[in-house]
Amino acid sequence: MLMLTCPCCGVTGEETEFTNGGEAHLKRYGPGTSDLDFEAYLFLRDNPKGVHFERWRHTYGCGKWFHVARCTMTLEIFGTYEAHVTTPPQEILAKIKSRRPDWIARIPGGGSE
Amino acid sequence: MILMGRSRMSEAVSALDGLVWDQGIARIEEVGPQGMITLRGDLGSGTIKDLATGVTSVDMPGQSEANCVADRGICWMSPDELLILCSYEDVAMNLQRIQKGLGDAHALAVDVSEARATFRISGDHVREVLAKLVPVDLSTEAFKDGMFRRTRMAQVPAAFWMCNDHMVQIVCFRSHAQYVFDLLKTAAAPGSEVNLL
Ligand SMILES: [Zn+2]
Repeated sequence: MLMLTCPCCGVTGEETEFTNGGEAHLKRYGPGTSDLDFEAYLFLRDNPKGVHFERWRHTYGCGKWFHVARCTMTLEIFGTYEAHVTTPPQEILAKIKSRRPDWIARIPGGGSE
Repeated sequence: MILMGRSRMSEAVSALDGLVWDQGIARIEEVGPQGMITLRGDLGSGTIKDLATGVTSVDMPGQSEANCVADRGICWMSPDELLILCSYEDVAMNLQRIQKGLGDAHALAVDVSEARATFRISGDHVREVLAKLVPVDLSTEAFKDGMFRRTRMAQVPAAFWMCNDHMVQIVCFRSHAQYVFDLLKTAAAPGSEVNLL
């Protein structure tokens, strides 16, 4: 069971109040891009064992979208942050590094750090 | 500015026509008709605050709070949405007042009275009756007077607040009214006290 804190309304609720929106910070490949890029954008997703960035929606609460950084193995939540960013904010990355010193940042949307 | 009104051609009847159930560990009552206006816009704007407090005569609530007196009140729904409660008869007048006050502001005011159902549950066990149905900590330390919570009630969306220590008010979609009433009846079944909260 995940406990998520919505950065929009401040409510901390359990996961059934929210909806998972899949991997975060995808770069969109639309018309005019190569078939391979378009296919990857549509269908290929990371499935890491460990640190993962996701989009979530506070479906039964304020209704807003936001981001979650969490560990897929331990279900630890590193933090939640606003929806309108293309890469995770520094304080979230710092939190992850303090909890997972060996983690090599492959920041989605932002290349490697 | 978008505004939608209702025609007043027929007598208003709430979802369950004021159904009451009083045979369990809490009294369950469908309340209605209750006037409700959704007001969306920049909640930091003085105009929106003034309009909300003006038509309800209650103070502006903080984040995740509700200020309600009898059938009037303001509920904080999200960073850009308020639910204005007023008497059913005053909705058209208040909506007009809000529309006029908003002017060209980027905002939305809609009469949602007919889209919702309202319940009050009362008695010594209200907290635990509700706690059986929502994924929310309803202990007195965690859920306090004045707090307003949108969440799910079993399988449908609902919002609630404590009117006082022995009464909870619940708002849900009108089409879910019977479902919510039945849920509450089950949660308040005779002999189902948990005596935890
Ligand atoms: Zn929220």
